[in-house]
Amino acid sequence: MDWINAIIQGALLGGLYAMFAAGLSLIFGVMRLVNIAHGDLIVLSAYVALTTSVGLGLNPLLALVIVVPVMAGFGYALQRLVLNRTMGDDLLPPLLVTFGLSIIIQNALLMGYSADPQKLQAGPIETASVNLGPITLGVMPVMVFAIAVAVIAGLQWMFYRTALGRAFRATSDRQDIAQLMGLNRAHVFGLAMALSLAVTAIAGVFLGIRTSFDPAAGASRLIFGFEAVIIGGLGNLWGTLWGGIILGVAQTLGAKINPGYQILAGHIVFLLILAVRPRGLFPRMDG
Amino acid sequence: MLKNLERRHFLTGGAALLAAPAILRATRAYAQVPVLRVGHVSPVTGPLAGFAEADNYILQAISERFGQGIENNGKAWQVEIVSKDSQSNPNRAAEVASELILDDEVDIIVAASTPDTVNPVSDQAELNEIPCITTDCPWQPYFFERGGDPAGGFDYTYHFFWGLEDVIVAFLAMWDGAGAAKTVGGLFPNDADGNAWGDAELGLPKPLAEAGYALTDPGRYQPMSDDFSNQISAFKAAGCEIVTGNMIPPDFATFWSQAAQQGFNPKIVTIGKALLFPSVVEGLGDRGIGLSSELWWSPSHPFSSSLTGISSADLAAGYTQASGRPWTQPIGFKHALFEVVADVIARTEDLEDSAAILAAIAGTDLETIVGPVNWSTGPVRNVTKTPLVAGQWQREGDGIDLKIVTNATAPDIPVTGELQLLG
Repeated sequence: MDWINAIIQGALLGGLYAMFAAGLSLIFGVMRLVNIAHGDLIVLSAYVALTTSVGLGLNPLLALVIVVPVMAGFGYALQRLVLNRTMGDDLLPPLLVTFGLSIIIQNALLMGYSADPQKLQAGPIETASVNLGPITLGVMPVMVFAIAVAVIAGLQWMFYRTALGRAFRATSDRQDIAQLMGLNRAHVFGLAMALSLAVTAIAGVFLGIRTSFDPAAGASRLIFGFEAVIIGGLGNLWGTLWGGIILGVAQTLGAKINPGYQILAGHIVFLLILAVRPRGLFPRMDG
Repeated sequence: MLKNLERRHFLTGGAALLAAPAILRATRAYAQVPVLRVGHVSPVTGPLAGFAEADNYILQAISERFGQGIENNGKAWQVEIVSKDSQSNPNRAAEVASELILDDEVDIIVAASTPDTVNPVSDQAELNEIPCITTDCPWQPYFFERGGDPAGGFDYTYHFFWGLEDVIVAFLAMWDGAGAAKTVGGLFPNDADGNAWGDAELGLPKPLAEAGYALTDPGRYQPMSDDFSNQISAFKAAGCEIVTGNMIPPDFATFWSQAAQQGFNPKIVTIGKALLFPSVVEGLGDRGIGLSSELWWSPSHPFSSSLTGISSADLAAGYTQASGRPWTQPIGFKHALFEVVADVIARTEDLEDSAAILAAIAGTDLETIVGPVNWSTGPVRNVTKTPLVAGQWQREGDGIDLKIVTNATAPDIPVTGELQLLG
């Protein structure tokens, strides 16, 4: 029964990892941008949520109503004002800019909020749980998982059923042709980053409720995001969810054998998948 | 002939040039006000920045006092402190320490806050033969991770703080008679502190067993883990009523919310490192009340500064007034570090001679704001221990306060509260 519990807890953790990864997957899919600052943007979202929830006395879950648009707006501005200037055939300049951005965000947060670990207080729901026979499920992790599935489903629908999604896919396939067809590349990129940071905002709030965070906590989250994206297959959103779940389950099963193997097990599964299927488990069909 | 002359000129000139630093150094004592430079390395930014948050407050008071000069052999010496940021990174700490030694030419180097700062700075000092005083890091990681041999010790580096054995005694004294069953769950990460605490011989397991406690130790986990459900299942299965260990704040926060979700409710939770800072405990909300931790210094400690005469209570209150933030334990130790420096400068026979400075450090017998510092009484050479007690976070008015709930290890420190069981 302990093993089943480990698998279930791992799968629920995978929901959080999938949300870390969805934003990364999205911008890589649309504009081939590797965002090194993604982890720090997750932490930044958590701080924005902290400020709004403490400032306005809101539950952090309600603060999402403010945090998501704020981060989306920030993402659009960031892309239009900074990152678009570096986008070109070469992957390296935007990557370096996001690297610099990561350092700037960390130090700005340190100056603004000090190094104190912070936590978002969501009230009794944080510790609430339901019993399913011998297995106890925390309400928060179940909720995070459900929202992760909803976010991925929403993104999937948007990508394949809306005009904006068509614009994203067109830009992703051939930027120059999309431009000829009247799409404003700079605007499309801006919207992609806005969407990515909107997802990041949700991930940041749930991270901040699950554990404590400080300005330097972003980097360790980035690696799980990247791994989930690559396990699932670049550019495949449902694959990203599976990537998150596989990573989460690998970690809890590893920890079941010995707590020292928890993070190692996740990395080993990632390496195995990279060795056997370099394009991930579910590579995009049209990619 | 001409060539020969040139060679001789070159030799004298070269020799003078080589000797210049020594000659210039020697003349310093005859200057109007001789200046002694103290290098200070501290993690001002990065994950360890909480340990250094009071640096400005402490250094301002110290600099004011040092500005009046320190009397040595009837002559007032100006003391200049050069501070550098380690960025919470051991490599960076080593780099700035070597900058302080080689470029700023400091005469004494000091450092504080965790093995990541203290060890690299001490190693650089030992290598460059500069007297070094450090604090705020349990002595075992300081001594053994630097390859210290209890028989020989180090030549240039000295440290004052407490050790693991003190934590164990303080924790056992706190749990004893509290009314919780003697079943303990251990959470030890795979890092310097976690491995030392969980070590079968030198860590918690042996003394716990001797005191009749059954320890469930699922094994070393990686820091920044996102899931503790396996540990929680193991503790539940073993019926643990006490949880202990050494964790970083995010890991503890993850564990503590998962424990509640999984219905695991221990009666005592005593965790090293994670629960030092009030900000962390406040972040846990109501679930932070009743957690307990080691306590190295508090406003209730009956000690005062040998340098400025300020009491523990006033030092803490001054920080709260200056910054609007609650007191934290490293404040006293940062102040004490400079107390020791001032005492050493005053007592050194010849401040131009680093051997004399070392002799003065080794001969220190000082009552500081954190307790007595005297290297002749340490567990090994180069290490001396300050008193350690244990405390519990309890409500006080609108805020929280770390109450001293056991003083079995240091009876002169007053108890300020009684241990309350959780749940």
